[in-house]
Amino acid sequence: MPLVTMTVNGLPATREVEGRTLLVQLLREGLGLTGTHVGCDTGQCGACVVHLDGRPVKACLMLALEAEGANLRTIEGMANPDGSLSPLQQAFRDHHGLQCGFCTPGMIMMAAALLADNPKPDAREVRDHLEGNLCRCTGYQNIVRAILAASGQEPALAET
Amino acid sequence: MYAFELVRPGTVEEAVALLASPDAQALGGGQTLIPALKQRLARPARLVSLSGIAAIKGVTASGGTVTVGGGATHAEVAAAAARTYPALAALAGRIGDPAVRSRGTIGGSLANNDPSACYPAAVLASGATVVTPAREIAADDFFRGMFATALADGEIITAVRFPVPVRAAYMKFVQPASRFALAGVFVAQTPAGVRVAVTGAAEAGVFRWTAAEAALTADFRPESVRGLVPPARGMIGDIHASPEYRAHLVGVMTARAVAAA
Repeated sequence: MPLVTMTVNGLPATREVEGRTLLVQLLREGLGLTGTHVGCDTGQCGACVVHLDGRPVKACLMLALEAEGANLRTIEGMANPDGSLSPLQQAFRDHHGLQCGFCTPGMIMMAAALLADNPKPDAREVRDHLEGNLCRCTGYQNIVRAILAASGQEPALAET
Repeated sequence: MYAFELVRPGTVEEAVALLASPDAQALGGGQTLIPALKQRLARPARLVSLSGIAAIKGVTASGGTVTVGGGATHAEVAAAAARTYPALAALAGRIGDPAVRSRGTIGGSLANNDPSACYPAAVLASGATVVTPAREIAADDFFRGMFATALADGEIITAVRFPVPVRAAYMKFVQPASRFALAGVFVAQTPAGVRVAVTGAAEAGVFRWTAAEAALTADFRPESVRGLVPPARGMIGDIHASPEYRAHLVGVMTARAVAAA
C-alpha cells in the first residue's frame, strides 16, 4: 500500500493507506486523533473540518493521499501548549456554544479559520462562514456569541 | 467506496497519459466526485488526482483577459480575481461553503456541469474559452446539457480564459437548505452586446436567455427586463420550486444582476 507523509499538529506522521482511504479515516483510525468527528460522511455537516495548510477542509471529502506533504491541524492541536483551553475554546465554554458537543470540533476549526482571515468579523460574516457547519442543539445563537466574544467583541452583537 | 488506485501526477502530460486507460477518472477537488464514489455511483479503477499539477493552478490577468487555471480553487479565484474580475470573484466566493471553496476547482465544476452549479453561468455569459491539452473550446460549444460537456473521455481542463466584460454581475436565489441555486443569472455587458446565462433553473442545464440579451443590449437597465419571463417549459420542477416559479425567479435575478453590475 502507498505511504503518506504529513505534519499533524506540528509532528511528522507517516502511514500506509489505500487509495480510497479518506483523510478523516487516517486521522481517526490511523493516528488515533478521534477529536475530528464524522457526522454525515456526505460533506454536509462540517463536523470533520480540519486545517490543511491553514485552510479549512472537510476531512471526509478528501482522500488521505491528497494530503501528502501537507501541514494539518486538528482539534487536538488547538489548546494552549500547557493544555489549557485556547481563547476560542474558552469562549465556546463561557457562552454555552455547545450542548452535546458533537459538532464542536468542526465549529472550532471553522471559527479559527475565520478569525485567522478576519479577526473582527461581524455577526453576518460569522453566520455566512458557518454555512457548512450544522449544529442540532444550540440553534447557533450561542456559537455566534462565542465567536464574537473570542474576537474581542460584544457577544450581544449576535442579535444584530 | 470501491477500491481504486490513486495517482497524483506532477505534470499535465503525465496526467493525460494516466487518463488514457478507459477505467481512469480525473479527480479535481473531489467535492462532488468523492460523495459520488461513496454512493458507488462511479467505479473507476484509477483516480488521477490533478491537485499536484502546479501548472494548472493560479489566476493571472493581462490585456483585459483573466485566465484561471483549471486546478484553481474557488477560494483562490475569490481572492485573486477580486480586482481584475470582481463579478467572477464574487461568484466563486459564494459557491458551497468555506471548506468546499478550499478544495473545489473551476475545472472540476465545469467538467461535471451540474445543472445547479454557478461557474457554468459565468463561463457562458462571459463568452469564456475552455482550454484543454488538445484544444480550445468556446463556451457556446462547451455545455451539452445536464452533466454533459464537449470534453472527450480523459480530456482535462487546464485553464479557462475570461474576456473581462465592461460590466457584469451574478445573482442567485438559493434553496435554503442545500444553498444550491434555484435560479442563478450571470449578466455580462461586452463590447459585442449583452450576454445573459442562467443556471439552476433548466432541465438542460445552463442556457443563454436571448430575449433578455436583446432587451439589455438595446438598453442596459433593470427596467428593460421587468416583466420579462422565460418560458416555464423545460424548467426544473421539484419539491423546492415549480417550473413557473423558477422561470419567474430567472426574471427577477436578471433584473437584480443588471442593477448590481
